[in-house]
Amino acid sequence: MKVTILQFPGTNCEYDTQHAFEELGAKTEIIWHKADSIPKDTNLLVVAGGFSYGDYLRSGAIAKFSPVMKAVKEYADKGGKVLGICNGFQVLTEAGLLPGALKRNDGLHFISKHHHLSVQNNDNIFLEKLSNGDVINIPIAHHDGNYFIDDEGLKDLYANNQVLLKYTDANGSVKNPNGSVDSIAGVCNKEKNIFGLMPHPERAMEVLLGSDDGVKMLEGFLAS
Amino acid sequence: MIKAIVNVSLKAGVLDSQGKAVHHALDSLQFSNVSDVRVGKQIVLQLDTDDKTQAMQDVEKMCEEILANTVIEDYSIELI
Repeated sequence: MKVTILQFPGTNCEYDTQHAFEELGAKTEIIWHKADSIPKDTNLLVVAGGFSYGDYLRSGAIAKFSPVMKAVKEYADKGGKVLGICNGFQVLTEAGLLPGALKRNDGLHFISKHHHLSVQNNDNIFLEKLSNGDVINIPIAHHDGNYFIDDEGLKDLYANNQVLLKYTDANGSVKNPNGSVDSIAGVCNKEKNIFGLMPHPERAMEVLLGSDDGVKMLEGFLAS
Repeated sequence: MIKAIVNVSLKAGVLDSQGKAVHHALDSLQFSNVSDVRVGKQIVLQLDTDDKTQAMQDVEKMCEEILANTVIEDYSIELI
């Protein structure tokens, strides 16, 4: 199992992500955004969190034109698995690889805390180790995490089981920290090979550090 | 040289939290005759051309590709 992690100027979660996947036994490689190809042995491509290009213009707006993004699109078009975490999710929506967009949080504040999420659809490789309705505790850390999609797009998401995670309280009741449409925290594409979420599973790998609920999420990829 | 002024703002149906916060602040300052506030951004471009038709086409393409995210934002272009 080989996980390749993208690094843009301003990415800052690449080493946490690398550590998390190595703890699970995967081989990893971090590649710089100027790379023009994805390593051939890649089983999973992760667009890690951070502030690519300082979030100038909009989060992810400049990163989508980085040289490596052409290779990312080709990789995804061929069915390659892609995971975007936080800023990575923003980059994937800006690049049109995932539906919707991430706006400024409704409260206008940067939010950094553990938050509960409930699993909405586990019929995909990312969440297959979890059950629908499971409530997990994963850190969020974002300023622009307010997921928006128009009504028609939202219907499509539900119709195709593309809504992966929603923000909830510990009992699984909706609790929306940032104003996201229907409290959505993560989605995937129709083909279910591209995944994006604002919360950080790579920061929830140790009980000692608050939660190890991220392990089951990332493990899903290792099974393949 | 043509100057292009691009205004980008959230679409009408998309909640503008910053606009709401500014509206609230104006209310607190007793500017009570404001019925709505939208916050956007302005991007000013200097173009090396004198051809307005071409300039408009170019800037529209820039807006569609990068300057605005048309999932959530509208844009308007003014050429001077």
